[in-house]
Amino acid sequence: MTAPTLAIRNLDKRFGGGRTIFGREKPAVHAVQDASLDVPRGETLGIVGESGCGKSTLARMIVGLLPPTGGTIEIEGTDYAKVAGKDPAAFGKVIQYVFQDPISSLNPRKTIRQILEAPLKLLHGMPAARRAERIDEILDAVNLRREFLDRYPHEFSGGQAQRIGVARALAAAPRILVLDEPVSALDVSVQAQVLNLLARLKDEFDLTYLFITHDLAVVEAVADRIAVMYFGRIVELAPAREIFAHPRHHYTALLARSAPTVGRPLSAPEGVDAELPDPLDPPPGCAFAKRCPAATDICRTVRPEFTDHGPGHYAACHHPAR
Amino acid sequence: MTGYILKRLLSAIPVILGITVIVFIIMSLIPGDPATAILGSYATPENVEKLNRDLGLDRSPIEQYFIWLGNMLQGDFGRSYSLNRPVLDEVLERFGATLILAGTALVLCSLLGVAAGVVSAARQYGLADKAITFVVLIGISIPSFFLGMMMILVFAVNLRWLPVSGMYAIYGGGDLPDLIRHLIMPATALAVVATGVIARLSRSAMLEVLRQDFIRTARAKGVTENRVIWAHALKAAMVSIIPVIGVQAGFVLSGAVYIETVFQWPGVGRMLVTAILTRDILLVQGGVVVVAACYVLFNLAVDVAQSVLDPRVKT
Amino acid sequence: MTVAEAPVPPAPPRGAAAGAFLKLFARNRLAAAGGILLAVVVLIAIAAPILPLQDPYAQDTSQKFLRPFAEGHLLGTDHLGRDILSRLIWGTQLSLVVGLVASVGAAFFGSVIGIVSGFYGGRVDNLLMRGIDMLMAFPYILLALAIVAALGPGLVNALIAVALVNIPFFARNIRGVTVTLAHKEFVDAARLAGMSNLRIMVSEILPNVLPVIVIAMSTTVGWMILETAGLSFLGLGSQPPVADLGSMLGEGRNALITDPHASIIPGLMIFVIVMSVNLLGDGVRDALDPRLRSGALTRPMARTIVDRDHVPEPPAEPGLLDVQELRTEFRIGSRTLKAVNDVTLTVKPGECLGLIGESGSGKSVTALSIMGLVASPPGVIAAGAVRYSGDEIVGARFSQLRDLRGDRISYIFQDPLSTLHPLYSIGDQIVEAIRSHHDVARAEARQRALELLEAVRIPNAKNRLDDYPHELSGGMRQRVGIAMALVNDPDLIIADEPTTALDVTVQAQILSLLDDLRRERSVAILFITHDFGVIAQLCDRVAVMYAGRIVETGRTPDVLSDPAHPYTRRLIACVPELGEGQRELHAIPGLPPAVDDLPPGCAFATRCDKARDVCRQGEITLDPFTGDRAVRCLFPETETGRVA
Repeated sequence: MTAPTLAIRNLDKRFGGGRTIFGREKPAVHAVQDASLDVPRGETLGIVGESGCGKSTLARMIVGLLPPTGGTIEIEGTDYAKVAGKDPAAFGKVIQYVFQDPISSLNPRKTIRQILEAPLKLLHGMPAARRAERIDEILDAVNLRREFLDRYPHEFSGGQAQRIGVARALAAAPRILVLDEPVSALDVSVQAQVLNLLARLKDEFDLTYLFITHDLAVVEAVADRIAVMYFGRIVELAPAREIFAHPRHHYTALLARSAPTVGRPLSAPEGVDAELPDPLDPPPGCAFAKRCPAATDICRTVRPEFTDHGPGHYAACHHPAR
Repeated sequence: MTGYILKRLLSAIPVILGITVIVFIIMSLIPGDPATAILGSYATPENVEKLNRDLGLDRSPIEQYFIWLGNMLQGDFGRSYSLNRPVLDEVLERFGATLILAGTALVLCSLLGVAAGVVSAARQYGLADKAITFVVLIGISIPSFFLGMMMILVFAVNLRWLPVSGMYAIYGGGDLPDLIRHLIMPATALAVVATGVIARLSRSAMLEVLRQDFIRTARAKGVTENRVIWAHALKAAMVSIIPVIGVQAGFVLSGAVYIETVFQWPGVGRMLVTAILTRDILLVQGGVVVVAACYVLFNLAVDVAQSVLDPRVKT
Repeated sequence: MTVAEAPVPPAPPRGAAAGAFLKLFARNRLAAAGGILLAVVVLIAIAAPILPLQDPYAQDTSQKFLRPFAEGHLLGTDHLGRDILSRLIWGTQLSLVVGLVASVGAAFFGSVIGIVSGFYGGRVDNLLMRGIDMLMAFPYILLALAIVAALGPGLVNALIAVALVNIPFFARNIRGVTVTLAHKEFVDAARLAGMSNLRIMVSEILPNVLPVIVIAMSTTVGWMILETAGLSFLGLGSQPPVADLGSMLGEGRNALITDPHASIIPGLMIFVIVMSVNLLGDGVRDALDPRLRSGALTRPMARTIVDRDHVPEPPAEPGLLDVQELRTEFRIGSRTLKAVNDVTLTVKPGECLGLIGESGSGKSVTALSIMGLVASPPGVIAAGAVRYSGDEIVGARFSQLRDLRGDRISYIFQDPLSTLHPLYSIGDQIVEAIRSHHDVARAEARQRALELLEAVRIPNAKNRLDDYPHELSGGMRQRVGIAMALVNDPDLIIADEPTTALDVTVQAQILSLLDDLRRERSVAILFITHDFGVIAQLCDRVAVMYAGRIVETGRTPDVLSDPAHPYTRRLIACVPELGEGQRELHAIPGLPPAVDDLPPGCAFATRCDKARDVCRQGEITLDPFTGDRAVRCLFPETETGRVA
């Protein structure tokens, strides 16, 4: 069995911490705790969670923009964790990022040609003629016209700008693409266009995707497997067709019940405005215990392990749902 | 709240120390022998030797600095050789006069400037806005010392409404009405530029605030337009305006140097200029440190006012 | 934000960008006048060596203090008999050069410090900014005086002093802009593309910072000319016999009372120079500020401007709220964006009507137009009428409109952090909503506010009355918004995408709360959204908008299960739904049309797979059909009982 394209083990990120000059401890936020995932080649792994769950921090570590405070990142067998945060260019050749807001991810003072050429020049040292060829290839792949090359980002619609962002990520010929809410800022009708394009590109270029979003229906439509994050941890991991239909973790069940769906009447799945625990003062035990209908004493004191509950279906829960 | 004040006071200390360091560094740029430079025409060999011992001028710069700092903390800022009195006495006396002048100007420019800016923004592109904008433009373009001179020419010399110069009348003066008569022209000339700057800034701060979503919410609630402008918009704009008033205080203090020169006002600004021209180095040093330190404390008060106004500032 | 809702117009071709800059600049006539004036002054100053001037240093005490227009001396002479005109021109040259050099020097060093500090952040930033703070702790003249005291009076020293003293201004300004830029995603993308830090600073950040530097310089050049003149005035700048304008003024001061012309002339010259520089600078700033270009810098007025030529007749069967043939436009320069283009809808008492569409469909603008809250300028209500219980609102007096706002018809907006006033407690803001319409004592209003906070299920409401918006979570803030909207028992609530910015679990709670509250209090809701799932769960009826028009209305279950308009059908099809598994999605090809350039006929025709020639001509009306439905289509998807 070949090594998975992407393998992260016990990835951890703490912000703040340390001590003041008076010896008092400074508050620390444990944004990502003990994240482990294997992504085989050609898979689309979805990562879902709400605000404060740590999915963006996780993504930025995997891509090399943020140095982790612990753990390993293996891409096609090589460990990159040590250079994370210091040498994004090393990552850039194998793993690239598609940002959420298409307009602000493009430098407003650069032409599209300049934006697309940058990775070709700097990561691959391509000569000018070869660069022009490659840019043509990529433009065709994402369905953009040649004449767009001399325009500036503000002249494009959201969907077109996002395709430019995808083109830029592809230009570096990476093996893995991390997509951070790539369609959230787009209109619904344009979302579908971009999602279909992404699926086609995956096959054409033999890519592996990490698809981060908060929209359950979108992730279910595009992902092979889905990981659910809550308060810095991965709490459930399962194939997409199963995870929302038969969730084991109660947070996943809550998410599935909350998404507004045609045909389902309104109900308040939770009583009051249940809030996330205080990140500066995390509770012992399971972070979801306060909001969980199935919580017992053990949930409030002992943190549940991430265990196998069926073929390829993992969850971190003392009393998983059936 | 008291915690915040204490914290700010504590953080003001390194700033004041930094000021002394900067002044020290600048003064060390004086070419030649420092003692001779300080003593000027009083540089007899005995005086030079005494000064070297007192200020430790023959020691390393770091030791010199700490001797100087130590002296200052005990209230000894040295002696002015041109005026033959302790520097601190002279500085404090003159600073009082400057405070009266600059303080009046600051109050004037703050009130007028903010009011002008608010009216200008509320009636954007109306007649009042255009008139105020024009007057403001003239105000920030005219040199305050020139304006002062012209005011003297018109009001004192030609119309004889107000005294030509000085803080009090030489004969038979000294009471409040006399002070006010002498204060009108210099305070006005001093306030003009700062009023212009504050007016401009208030106008753009108000315009910025009036485009915010919470203004639309206030209107959607049915709040009267007067309240929208004065209670909602102005309060939010003050968050941007108060720091500017703090900065303008610095400009007003600076402008006081020119105005004191033009109007012969017995303030610390004029003292400093004379001291530079007569090379009375210790007087310059002492004056700069005292005024700068007071400015730091003033800015601290501005910060505290800001935190009272804006609950988002972490107290 | 209201103006941002106006659909973004396509950018003009690039050659026109420079032309647009100049045109905007020239339109500001004062700035142009300032520019011309400055150009004249600069030209004269540059030409000083070749002009037929007298020797500025030639003294002749027998000729001292000649008045202007004297024989041989156009502007008279000074206290040493030197010709003032020639000294004026040479002095101008000196003042301009010194001011410019000081500006460039301060700008350069300040910008370098600012960019490095803002980009690296952390300890480098801390250290540099501490240093800058120390410098800024001085009132500027003290620093300048101290430097001149140390180095000795002289023009070069004064220049150094002035430049140094102004470095903090640039450093702080540029740092601020750089910090915002350094966190933008395109900088991350540049890192991933392999750029080194230095390269990023120069090629990614600097081009975006340059306009700010130019703007900052335009505000300070005039100031620096004044400052150097001031130092010379005090005798600390240029030393005799070299004279700039400041020292001319200083020397003339001694004879102010007897021979004022020696002071007035150089003083006026300084004024003219600084004034023209400031005018020019203002013009540059306004032309470079992109917000001004799009007309967005003006502040909105209290209500939307109305410019219509007739009022439609009242409807046959009035509801609680009747919007008739409403047209709202954005007039920006020469372009007119028809954001709302003939919208008619009715909300009956107690019902929940959903208004759904994508961005640019005009749904938000419709909602805001009802109470005249569309930002004006540039918004204008160009046609139509809005009637509340029969009374026409669009043409009503402002006091009548204000009475309705917040009392009979209230709003809930999208982002509660920006729509609540940051400096007033939530209790005060709710109390204000009450007391703007009812004359009650504060204590009583506070009690009512508390009741509402409890009704929206805020835990521990009593203690939260005095909290500020930033102390609450997003979901809590939106509950406060709902409480504020309900506090006067309105008949209608207009909710503009109130849950779009919230997490899905929070959204579920808010929607359920809204549903409960509206049934308890019989409030009608006009609910704007882009999410069919929300419509299905909350709304009795739905209206679909496209390109500023309503294309379909009907009861929610009917429209969702059996859409009549092709756009509705395709829109429903391309939204992924939970439970349908992994699949390819049905996309709608093409893009929505630009609302300043609508094609004739059906706006959806270019993207519709059923479109025929007749669809692209003439007016297509919104036709009612059975089951209380209506559709704007010649070939609807479902059986309407009409003949096409």
